[in-house]
Amino acid sequence: MNSVILTAGTRVLVALLVLFSVFMLLRGHNEPGGGFIGGLIGATGFVIYAIACGTDAARAALRAAPETVAAAGLGIAILGALMAAITGQPFFTGQWLFLGAGEDGDKGLPLSSVLVFDVGVYLVVFGAILTLVFALEEEI
Amino acid sequence: MAASAGRQRTALTAGAFLPTLLPAALFAVLAAAIPEVAAGAVLRGALDWVPSLGIRLSFRIDGLSLTFATLITGIGALIMLYSGQYLHGHPHYRRFMLFLTAFMLSMLGLVLADNLITLFVFWELTTLTSYLLIGFDHGTAKSRRSALQALLVTATGGLALLAGFILMGLAGGSFELSDLLADPRALAAHPWYPAILVLVLLGAFTKSAQVPFHFWLPNAMAAPTPVSAYLHSATMVKGGVYLLARLHPGLGGTDAWFWALTLAGATTAVFASLMALRQSDLKQALAYTTLMALGTLTLFLASDVAVAVTAAVTFLVVHSLYKAALFLVVGIVDHATGTRDVARLSGLGRALPVTAAAAALSALSMAGFPPFLGFIGKELTYKGALALSSVPYSVAAAVLTANALMVAVAGIVALRPFWGRAEPEPEPGRVPHEAPWPMWVGPLALAVLGTVLGLRPGLAEALVGPGVAAVLPGGEAYELKLWHGVNVPLILSIATFAIGGAIYALRRPLAAALVRAGAASPLDFDRGWDRLLDGFKVFAAGLTRIVQPGRLRAYLRFTFLTLLGVLAVTLALRTGLPAPPDLPALSWRELAVLALIAGGTGLVVTTDSRVAAVAGLGVVGIGVAIVFIVYGAPDVAITQLLVETLVVVLVAVALLRLPFLYRDGRVLHRPWDAALAAGIGLATTAALLLVVEAPPDRRVTDFYEVAAVPEAYGRNIVNVILVDFRALDTLGEIAVVLVAALGALVLLRGVAGRARG
Repeated sequence: MNSVILTAGTRVLVALLVLFSVFMLLRGHNEPGGGFIGGLIGATGFVIYAIACGTDAARAALRAAPETVAAAGLGIAILGALMAAITGQPFFTGQWLFLGAGEDGDKGLPLSSVLVFDVGVYLVVFGAILTLVFALEEEI
Repeated sequence: MAASAGRQRTALTAGAFLPTLLPAALFAVLAAAIPEVAAGAVLRGALDWVPSLGIRLSFRIDGLSLTFATLITGIGALIMLYSGQYLHGHPHYRRFMLFLTAFMLSMLGLVLADNLITLFVFWELTTLTSYLLIGFDHGTAKSRRSALQALLVTATGGLALLAGFILMGLAGGSFELSDLLADPRALAAHPWYPAILVLVLLGAFTKSAQVPFHFWLPNAMAAPTPVSAYLHSATMVKGGVYLLARLHPGLGGTDAWFWALTLAGATTAVFASLMALRQSDLKQALAYTTLMALGTLTLFLASDVAVAVTAAVTFLVVHSLYKAALFLVVGIVDHATGTRDVARLSGLGRALPVTAAAAALSALSMAGFPPFLGFIGKELTYKGALALSSVPYSVAAAVLTANALMVAVAGIVALRPFWGRAEPEPEPGRVPHEAPWPMWVGPLALAVLGTVLGLRPGLAEALVGPGVAAVLPGGEAYELKLWHGVNVPLILSIATFAIGGAIYALRRPLAAALVRAGAASPLDFDRGWDRLLDGFKVFAAGLTRIVQPGRLRAYLRFTFLTLLGVLAVTLALRTGLPAPPDLPALSWRELAVLALIAGGTGLVVTTDSRVAAVAGLGVVGIGVAIVFIVYGAPDVAITQLLVETLVVVLVAVALLRLPFLYRDGRVLHRPWDAALAAGIGLATTAALLLVVEAPPDRRVTDFYEVAAVPEAYGRNIVNVILVDFRALDTLGEIAVVLVAALGALVLLRGVAGRARG
């Protein structure tokens, strides 16, 4: 598709959508969002990019093959599940670390194995959708 | 040929002996435990595996498992030694040794396991490793077919066995064999006993190749000879016999057990010995004599009589020794001459003196001549048969027939090839020569052992006695002796030799008659098996043609018809239709959303343009997403919106290449589709109304509302469920997403590749 307006607009949109997807991923534990939704939003960004500038440009921007991203996501998700082994707890038990807890009930910055798992979910959804869309765009 | 002969003479490296070390060391450890176990001790070891389900990696060494374990490791060590030479220089030698070692360890686990599930896991491992071993020569279609046949038959039995084990564990309240068998008659009195018995016997009979599941065993001779010697003499096929003996205290002692085992065992023994007589291939003949032995073992595990069980355990040892030796001898003969055809082999004794000696000793034990262990075994089988109070004569007659035929087959298989006029070159260009020592040491050791144990039966009792005690708690093993005085078994033994000798003399006309009878018989199990498999394929292909004819519309129609059927039948049978609901007054906003959805639907069903239809579907989806937002499910709404967007993109990309929707004469299906859609809509609405009618069960919701923050530190319950409480489900789902994407990728590339190519 050769549309100058779409191509120009996409530059901004893609960056915003990817940033927004990370935002949705990170806030997901307390507000609407999470890895699934984040992955969908991020994929939408690249789908727009692929429509506007072609899949070659989208692949180049992504750097890694989307199927690799998806597979790595599954690996990261399993890694997150395995973190419970460090403390000898059963598979998938959430491990939490609160950085800089304050006196006044402020628990500090929460880091967790659950977040690692959610990042894995994000990457699987993101990669899987892009695998499909790129393949369809290129092969059909 | 010269090259292969030269290759055999090259020295073996030390590495060739490496695989022998493991079974030899295990054998030494197990043999050292014999005195302790013979004194009545039971050695145990356990490791928790899935404690919540009562599954433990528990192991037990008692008399029965020790008898099997020493046979497995002892014969295993000799087989490994033999294989090092037999497959010397074979390109896949290492793979073979890996399979063989894996098989040995699985078998060892099977006989030592004390937990039903652990036992089952090892049981299936022996099935899988034997599949690899039978199909080792995977270049030939015959090997592949035989391996698959063995796998399918034994694995089907394995599934039945698993079901039987689970029932047994639930009925007995424990999966530990020691607990289950502690109260001997508890299982037999349970109402599930008939089901348990049928399922367990299916497993045991398929593994131990009882008629009518016997056909896979002779075919499994496609494996290299050491495998046949190991799997089909000493070990794998004995797995079923082991199971019968192991469960004898719990499941035995009933009429059903007695008759099932007696009938299967006697039929198998007589049928197999007749079949053995008509074979011209040495290995095939031995395969059928193995079937005969398995039948005899099953037969003598049918009852509670101490003599019969002693006969079974003794015959087990006897058979393992002579059968492994004879298979290895056949391997040597094959290696030395290039043929296994009985008719073409004679006078090999001069060229292969050591092998001939091993063959002679083993054959005499097999025929049951004194003073070999085989004689003691055969006397015991007669004694055991006569001790069966209900059917002594018919069982004794069956055993007599089988034993007499064994005498004849022992002569044909193991004596004839070595005596008589020597053929200088049974196979052109191949001068018979004695095998190197790693090959003859195994059969010779086993044959000598059979002789020594016959002369000193007290030594064999150390294995047999505790074995019998494990099968019959409180039972005394019958004393093993060569000479019991002149009694009925001795007379039967003499009759056996006479009849056997007569059959040997008449072997040619008899075999010819049997071949003719076999050709005329409508019962051909092997061909029946092929027909069964072909039937499955035809059925599957037919069903696929109907359900998945390659048109998307047909797929959808079947999917939705099924859904409609399930919903309608459930509504009709279980609940009836819901009461018409009181419709609340709708606000203008809600009416607007409804209008949006209805408008989108109308567009989808009336438009001629695919792109418009896709856009209409998108409108419907977005309308639904708005419903989610209005009723406070933002996560679902966001997901719905994004998925709708992406679906429109995906479908639009695909649609660009498709033809227009309707061509002339292609719209006849539309009324049917409309009816189906209306039906689905009505049924779903009714189901939803029913769900809403009942007061909602808030227990699950309440739990998550209370637990989300303290336990998972998250306020978004949906996400907390996804990534924490039910994270295992999510892991499964993302794995499916990944596999689906990869599958689609491959399919699309394939389509494109074909289109370009």
